[in-house]
Amino acid sequence: MNNTKYIIGVYDDEDTLKSGIQAIQKEGISIFDVFTPYPVHGLHHLLHIPRSRLPKVAFVCGCIGALTGIALLAYTLGIDWPMDIGGKPHFPIPNYVPVTFELTVLLGSLGMAFAYFYVNGMYPGAHPKIFDPRSTNDRFVMALEVNDQNNDQINKLLKGTGVAEIKYTES
Amino acid sequence: MEHISYIREPLITGEGVTYSQITDEVLKPVEGPPTTKWLIGFAVSFAFFCIWCLAIGDTFWNGIGEWGLNKTVGWAWDITGFVWWVGIGHAGTLISAVLLLFRQNWRNSINRSAEAMTIFAVICAATYIFGHMGRPWLFYWIFPLPNTFGSLWVNFNSPLVWDAFAISTYFTVSLVFWYIGLIPDLASIRDRAKGISQKIYSIASFGWRGTAREWLRFEAVSLILAALATPLVLSVHSIVSSDFATSLIPGWHTTIFPPYFVAGAIFSGFGMVQTLLIIAREALNLKKYITIEHIETMNRILILTGSIVGVAYGTEFFIAWYSGSEYEQYHFFYTRAQGPYWWAWVMMISCNVITPQLLWIKKIRTSIMATWILSIFVNIGMWFERFVIIVLSLHRDFIPSSWAMFYPTMVDMGVFFGSIGLFMTMFLLFIKFAPSIAMAEVKLLLKNGSEQAKKLMHPEEGAHHGAKEGVIIAATTLGIKEKDHE
Repeated sequence: MNNTKYIIGVYDDEDTLKSGIQAIQKEGISIFDVFTPYPVHGLHHLLHIPRSRLPKVAFVCGCIGALTGIALLAYTLGIDWPMDIGGKPHFPIPNYVPVTFELTVLLGSLGMAFAYFYVNGMYPGAHPKIFDPRSTNDRFVMALEVNDQNNDQINKLLKGTGVAEIKYTES
Repeated sequence: MEHISYIREPLITGEGVTYSQITDEVLKPVEGPPTTKWLIGFAVSFAFFCIWCLAIGDTFWNGIGEWGLNKTVGWAWDITGFVWWVGIGHAGTLISAVLLLFRQNWRNSINRSAEAMTIFAVICAATYIFGHMGRPWLFYWIFPLPNTFGSLWVNFNSPLVWDAFAISTYFTVSLVFWYIGLIPDLASIRDRAKGISQKIYSIASFGWRGTAREWLRFEAVSLILAALATPLVLSVHSIVSSDFATSLIPGWHTTIFPPYFVAGAIFSGFGMVQTLLIIAREALNLKKYITIEHIETMNRILILTGSIVGVAYGTEFFIAWYSGSEYEQYHFFYTRAQGPYWWAWVMMISCNVITPQLLWIKKIRTSIMATWILSIFVNIGMWFERFVIIVLSLHRDFIPSSWAMFYPTMVDMGVFFGSIGLFMTMFLLFIKFAPSIAMAEVKLLLKNGSEQAKKLMHPEEGAHHGAKEGVIIAATTLGIKEKDHE
């Protein structure tokens, strides 16, 4: 276990949090992470988090789903056992749309959902590092890595940003 | 900062609402002991669920001969119940997915319970699929699995096979969408709970932390799932309607069925949402979050979809006349309104077309009691719609010597009324163990969509100005510059 020390700024408002982030970034101090009870819009711009690539995952998985659907239908009813149903064609595209569509949606959604859990490191029973349990209730929590040199400077800086509470924690 | 509107109705009413107050109030039924109301409701629902177990057990043990079906009417209450339940499910997806795409913020406080309804309604619908199979242990024959008959594959030209794919996809995607949305709220319970429930909610919340990255991904995933679920929900009831529309039975052989069924599904689903949410907001004391505004907005959707259904009924009559087919004409002009089941048709027309029109009157639309009664009518009317389509079309066969009536047995009734018990049991367990309102999404509205925020936005003089000036005054009061409107 490495002994990284964190200083935790607890805010009670999203706008104070945002201005706090800006004030700290101005001093060239990087923010470890921010925890909020609901999606605070515009936060990713401040923290320079790139847009999620999950929609692309959904697109690729959806394409795989569509191809699976077409391949399944073409193989089963077109190649493996072509059935004569009232003399109708063996590969009637309109009739195959529903199943292909459902498989597209199914694989697209499931693929994206699993990718989402994977990138977030989420699984049943995961034990996350939670800096302040109130961050899922009504507090907006900012965590900064500190060491002995910059401790006082960050503490002072945080105090000037309208923070409601300052705490320390080690991991 | 977005959607700051001076003129829109507030979505959270009351003064001095705080974030923690939202958490406290929404989680009260989850964290506290069960209330007497809940226990009574659960006991009644569970009793009906037991009746369902007996009825469906009897069906599985002795076969579907226990139902009142006969050679002419080979599909009756089973498929009626199936279509009714699937339809009810559609409102949940409409609220959670379609309204998300259209950025309708009022959905935030009702989407969680509406989507739970979707899942439970689809489970109820699925029980009818298994129930009517005759040999339910061979249910997997509907899927294209390699087998020792050749391999003989399923017929992908059949809407019944499409149905299997559509319903299972719909259930899976709805469940994933609902659960991903539920995780942050389950984490809220985890962070407040102690002991064993802390452990359980810790497992259930998948280790959610609420970091900026997680929320960004959360919103991206929600949006894409909504975009996938929207065409999905339209496809599901279109495919269900194809079960009928691709046949040659007069009354079923109708090309208008897919859009007509989808509108009917949304109509019946909103009926059920009204029925349940009006009780839930009273019983769980959630009037701040599910406001009259929400109820009124849903009533507007009921008028719209109810009227579409009315137009669809009219179109069926027109096409029957226009087609020149004597069988179609006999069915629509004689069997429906003048045959032995005329009363079912009257129930359908009065509950689906006539009574929802009362919602044009603002006083009725904003009355809780009137809305609740009308929503019950919608539920009854939509059940009768499916009964009319299914039984009335079948009971007058092409050969008059085969004409027959359908009389439900006790088992039929047990399966249907029991399935309502199954649904309510699941719904009551849901409101006891999970937050019935999407807390995170409601908190998002507190700062600009709530009554207190709007009051803050418009100082006294705001009232004397027009809407546009009001917005500017509101923005300056909040200290918002143009740039912040992203």
